[in-house]
Amino acid sequence: MKYLMFVATDTDPDADPHAAPDIEAWFEDVSSRGKWIMGDRLRPREDATTVRVRSGELLLTDGPFAESKEWVVGFDVLECDDLDEAIEIASKHPMAHHGRIEVRPFWPIDEG
Amino acid sequence: MADQESEAAGNVHQESGAARTGDVAATLDRAMVEGRLRIVAGLIRLTGEWELAEDCVQDAAIRALDSWPRDGIPDKPLAWLTTTAHRRAVDVLRRRRTEREKLVVLQRMSERDPTEMNSGDDRLALLFTCCHPALPLAGRVALTLKTVSGLSTREVARAFLVSEATMGQRLLRTRNKIAHAGISLQVPAPHRMAERTAGVLAVIYLLFNEGYSATDGDGVRDDLAVEALTLSSLLAALLPDDDEVHGLRALLLLQQARRAARVDAVGDLIPMDEQDRSCWNQREIANGISSLLTSRRSGRPAGQYRLQAEIAAVHSTAPTPDETDWGRIVESYDALLRLQDSPVIALNRAVAIGFRDGPEGGLSSMAQVQADPRLAGYHLIPAVRADLLRRAGRASEAIEAYRGALEQARTTAERRFLHRRLRELGGPA
Repeated sequence: MKYLMFVATDTDPDADPHAAPDIEAWFEDVSSRGKWIMGDRLRPREDATTVRVRSGELLLTDGPFAESKEWVVGFDVLECDDLDEAIEIASKHPMAHHGRIEVRPFWPIDEG
Repeated sequence: MADQESEAAGNVHQESGAARTGDVAATLDRAMVEGRLRIVAGLIRLTGEWELAEDCVQDAAIRALDSWPRDGIPDKPLAWLTTTAHRRAVDVLRRRRTEREKLVVLQRMSERDPTEMNSGDDRLALLFTCCHPALPLAGRVALTLKTVSGLSTREVARAFLVSEATMGQRLLRTRNKIAHAGISLQVPAPHRMAERTAGVLAVIYLLFNEGYSATDGDGVRDDLAVEALTLSSLLAALLPDDDEVHGLRALLLLQQARRAARVDAVGDLIPMDEQDRSCWNQREIANGISSLLTSRRSGRPAGQYRLQAEIAAVHSTAPTPDETDWGRIVESYDALLRLQDSPVIALNRAVAIGFRDGPEGGLSSMAQVQADPRLAGYHLIPAVRADLLRRAGRASEAIEAYRGALEQARTTAERRFLHRRLRELGGPA
């Protein structure tokens, strides 16, 4: 199954961020096991542009669509056997320790 | 269809012909209590579909009621039910699935002998999956009661005081999350075992209580309590080093040991000090004590289940109510309160103090407990107070408190018990 990891900040981070695992080790592990499909960092929310079309008119807003104290700073697409495997991979990502990670399953286009 | 199935099961008592309805019901009941969960777990493992698995087992039971009285009770009722449920699942899938999906699932199903498809661990895996922390808590408990214990949606709804439709939606959303998020039917990895086990213990305990003091009208659902015990034994076998698993098993055994003495001939609850202790199951008490000793031997500080088992053990080993070591019981409640600040534990502690120091001591302890806003409207408060007032000889206050308790009683047996107390006090019941 494919999962998207939203890597996000957290307003209530771990008190000891130095205990967080190393991102290079994480990447080495998931990619060598064939679990990592793609992913990247994202520019900060100041660089986001929100796009809407209403009544044929293009409406652009500076910034992200959600007014939130937390924001997505990166993403990874994983190929996992099941949710438990995706949770294990997410739990070893440094941002699980001083941010938060949302794991969301893909909804394949041919599935109801 | 039914004929085809009984023929395929192959081992019907031909000579005996039609079976008596009472025998059929009793045999079916026994087989379902013994094996329903194994069949459901096995079918979920094969099909990945929870509702289908439950429905097919239910369907097999209905077919048994139709064909067993006519054709006779099969030699192996459980094998008959397993085969019938399995065929029903194949049938439903054949009609419903797209070609691609059908091939995969049906291929998997045809590869196994349905009567040999279950291991004990399938049930445990099912329990871990029902209790998966990625599921909403209410959904975990509801799904465990529905799938593991086999309660109807209506019974689960009543247990949570919500409508059947609401509970149906909750179960559907929970099952959908399992399917869509890819939660596998499996026992967790060893390094996740401890944290996942705590969640399972909580659900097993809740399940046991559902059986021990059923919310659906009167009566004790012994099968649920037995199922909870079976699951706790299975868990103890799989996790022999977990002291809380043994603690919970000890607690369940010690409580279960008293079941024959808890209810009288008409199904009324008998308070512990009036129970006929010769009816307590000494084998279960011995097994419970043995589990408690195993739990103690871990050397770890006592967890909540071991502490509750310590309390149950004091009761179970007291030859008469007067010889109960209430001092030790109060100590265990003190330790429990240090582990978790629970007003319900404080209430039970007040009851114990009422026996250690006398009813007036209990009442003054109750005064503090009752002030806790978290217990506002808690159904047992007036009943506990009423009992302390009765024992203190304050009859008119007791009568008033018993009336309050009646308004909040949740089961018929509870209400009958409170009526009896009112009659004994000479108040209008």
